[in-house]
Amino acid sequence: MQLSFEKSRAGRGCSMMPACDVPVSEVPASLRRVTAARFPQMAEVDISRHYTELMKRTHGVNDGFYPLGSCTMKYNPKLNDEMAVLPGFTGIHPLQPEHTVQGCLEVLATLESYLDEITGMKAMTFQPAAGAHGEFTGLLLIKAYHESRGDVKRDKIIVPDTAHGTNPASSTMAGFKVISIPSNEDGCVDLDKLRSVVGEDTAGLMLTNPNTVGIFDKNILEITKIVHEAGGLNYYDGANLNAIMGIVRPGDMGFDVIHLNLHKTFSTPHGGGGPGSGAVGCKEDLAKFLPLYQAVKDGEGYAFRNAERSIGSVKEFYGNFGIVVRALCYCMVLGAEGIPETSTNAVLNANYLRVLLQDTYKIAFNNICMHEFVITMEDMKKEIGVSALDIAKALLDYGVHPPTIYFPLLVEEAMMYEPTETESKDTLDHVAEILKEIYAKAEADPASMHNCPLTTPVRRLDEVGAARNPVLKFAF
Amino acid sequence: MGNYIPSTEDERAEMLKAIGISSTDELYSAVPSQMKVKKLNIPSGMAELTVDQKVRAMAAKNKVFGTIFRGAGAYNHYIPSIVKEVTGKEEFLTAYTPYQAEISQGILQNIFEYQTMICELTGMDVSNASVYDGASAAAEGVAMCVDRKRKKALVSAASNPMVIQTIKTYCFGSGTEVVLVPAKDGKTDMEALSGMIDQNTACVYLHQPSYFGQIEDCSQAAEIAHNAGAKLIMGVNPIAAIALKSARECGADVAVGEGQPLGMPLSFGGPYLGFMATTHDMMRKLPGRIVGETKDVDGKRAFVLTLQAREQHIRREKASSNICSNQALCAMTAAVYLTTMGTEGMEKVAELCYSKARYAAKEISAVKGFELVYTGDFFNEFVTKTPCGSEKLLAKLEENDILGGYPVEGGILWCVTEMNSKEQIDKLTALLKEVASCN
Repeated sequence: MQLSFEKSRAGRGCSMMPACDVPVSEVPASLRRVTAARFPQMAEVDISRHYTELMKRTHGVNDGFYPLGSCTMKYNPKLNDEMAVLPGFTGIHPLQPEHTVQGCLEVLATLESYLDEITGMKAMTFQPAAGAHGEFTGLLLIKAYHESRGDVKRDKIIVPDTAHGTNPASSTMAGFKVISIPSNEDGCVDLDKLRSVVGEDTAGLMLTNPNTVGIFDKNILEITKIVHEAGGLNYYDGANLNAIMGIVRPGDMGFDVIHLNLHKTFSTPHGGGGPGSGAVGCKEDLAKFLPLYQAVKDGEGYAFRNAERSIGSVKEFYGNFGIVVRALCYCMVLGAEGIPETSTNAVLNANYLRVLLQDTYKIAFNNICMHEFVITMEDMKKEIGVSALDIAKALLDYGVHPPTIYFPLLVEEAMMYEPTETESKDTLDHVAEILKEIYAKAEADPASMHNCPLTTPVRRLDEVGAARNPVLKFAF
Repeated sequence: MGNYIPSTEDERAEMLKAIGISSTDELYSAVPSQMKVKKLNIPSGMAELTVDQKVRAMAAKNKVFGTIFRGAGAYNHYIPSIVKEVTGKEEFLTAYTPYQAEISQGILQNIFEYQTMICELTGMDVSNASVYDGASAAAEGVAMCVDRKRKKALVSAASNPMVIQTIKTYCFGSGTEVVLVPAKDGKTDMEALSGMIDQNTACVYLHQPSYFGQIEDCSQAAEIAHNAGAKLIMGVNPIAAIALKSARECGADVAVGEGQPLGMPLSFGGPYLGFMATTHDMMRKLPGRIVGETKDVDGKRAFVLTLQAREQHIRREKASSNICSNQALCAMTAAVYLTTMGTEGMEKVAELCYSKARYAAKEISAVKGFELVYTGDFFNEFVTKTPCGSEKLLAKLEENDILGGYPVEGGILWCVTEMNSKEQIDKLTALLKEVASCN
């Protein structure tokens, strides 16, 4: 389809602005830009159709099953979107006096109280805008903590090889060196390995539990103890919290600092890649370092307080507030009973799909899993050349979003399925049939798999060419 | 009470049976029992109707001002209806990062169009797909410029304090030295900058216009930076950028900014949008997602996430930034906004802001005690003195449903946009006269 710039016609446009009701002033020539910015010139009807055309070339959770592992693509309740755009929220300037923003502060403080309880933390900031941003913020808390104790030689963060790529990248940004430790044969932390790397230079450990192969590490108390005894702190990556909400709390597992992805676990829409929210919670010892602007109860009302030794700000203002409103609505609907039910059903769905597929596909670590499980296509790739990528692309022809592929790194030809709790048994049965059909096709005619998809708006892309000769904007 | 689980109780029993277990407790047998939560201490779930009422009640506790003369980093601009309509489409809202390009061309093409628009806005060669906001964009810009030899960032004290704060926090992480260049007359003190810059300086950061609304001489800042072998990062107000010399025309190496004025509501500070663009030379240092054009196997034009060798999921601890998905829907908002306004519409908005701010400044500064603090050219924000302290004055305005300017050192920082009619400005001036005379 054409770009908006190609649809543009000189002289076309929308009229949005009134005539100037004060004397018109002109920016002096010495300050004016020489080359005007060129934006598309389109009539409103054409703009509307342009974006509808783009919409039809976009697959959202509303289009169908979206088992993208580690991304928790659950249904996004519509109430939450409506509440987030109430004029009483969208019309509020972030620098209004506190007595005029009591409702906003109540939103922040209330959600914080719920999430502190769900995670076993003492205090929380909503300033970080995404999971990776939360990791960076949480690591700065760890850094500030050690520095405040004069314990300045702690410059290493331990990260298991199953971790998301953001963990090591965030550690580097926060000024730490990364110690990567291999997992044991069941995908969990190798305790001996961990013991061998902790020491006086250990700032902390970053961990997801359940981990990225979907297993709850049963040694978790031992793991966090080893790190604590070495003088380090434990960081919980909340990417996989959807498995355990209301069942077990990171705070009780021995974690000191945590980030949540409100756009995953707490159902706020992913927006095609944001905006999300990477709220960071911590235990008492770390609370005094939290970013600026904590919303707190103050007598009858609410107020902003700054942590006494705050690391500062990681963003303007108070975070992606509109996302916080959505997550609050979600928690209010679910409540004390709905939260654990949600996790239990996420785990139930993952196990059910795993069992439906286990006679056809090879499941890596085929035991009771948490909210996600990993299939390996290693054998099929070796035997008949059909890869995880091929299976993923074949799924597109069935209107199913593929799982996460080639992650976690420790499983060859990995396909990571996270069905979430908002899919019905019918959907899981249906998708299992599709996956079995694809498997049979692959065995019968492996070569044909490399041609998939056949029915999508565009087919497989030349990604190498895109990177080699970057074309990153429209050539006028 | 509520949840979003479609399976019925019978279906769940069938699923347990298929798995070969008798209760959901067995799903959690790996969790040590002493750790298990008995009951969460939060309220019970509520029906949608009840939540709707409760959250509306919270929103009603906020005061929405009928008239806003406050900016200081968040700006009240008109948002065309179509912008809200398009960005509310469920497909755009509920999709994730476009990893599967074949079924994500809508989002990918939109980002490609957005990147083109940001390049037009800034005059730069390459834009990324967005970052969190203007402040983190500035901090990421600093990280792009720092290397082994040059580990110092000179940041103008005439920048937005929240941006300075964010740069400092990021630099606490990376171990980059941040030194503030003093402000003079509401903008960067260029003489001081010349004296401070040295061989260890990686970059200079300043805002256009400055936090105090003053139009900076960014070309001079670029010259000073480049003579010392450092880079210039310009923080750009996207509405002002339509009228003022572009970042490229000033000689900036990196252009960043807060994209909120491009169609995003004030929304108590977020979600907003960080935009980032740079020169062709620095393309591979740009953090975040970038979309490129390519072809599919049938030779059809298509778009895809590209230059991923820069990113965290490939480079892990060697990546220059950890950023991955961030504010895609906000980037889409900006693209729809710029498409709806078009070149002419944007020029009109800039003209309205500039003209109305001049009118307001003239009228306000004519009131005794409200003289302009700075004398240089300004875009749509300016600082005046106040005769009797800002608190009383702002309270008076609040009684009249007006959110007055923001208190800053030396006075009040006023902001005027296309949303402020002559009538509103005249009413403001009349109220200021009342306050001034009762003193």
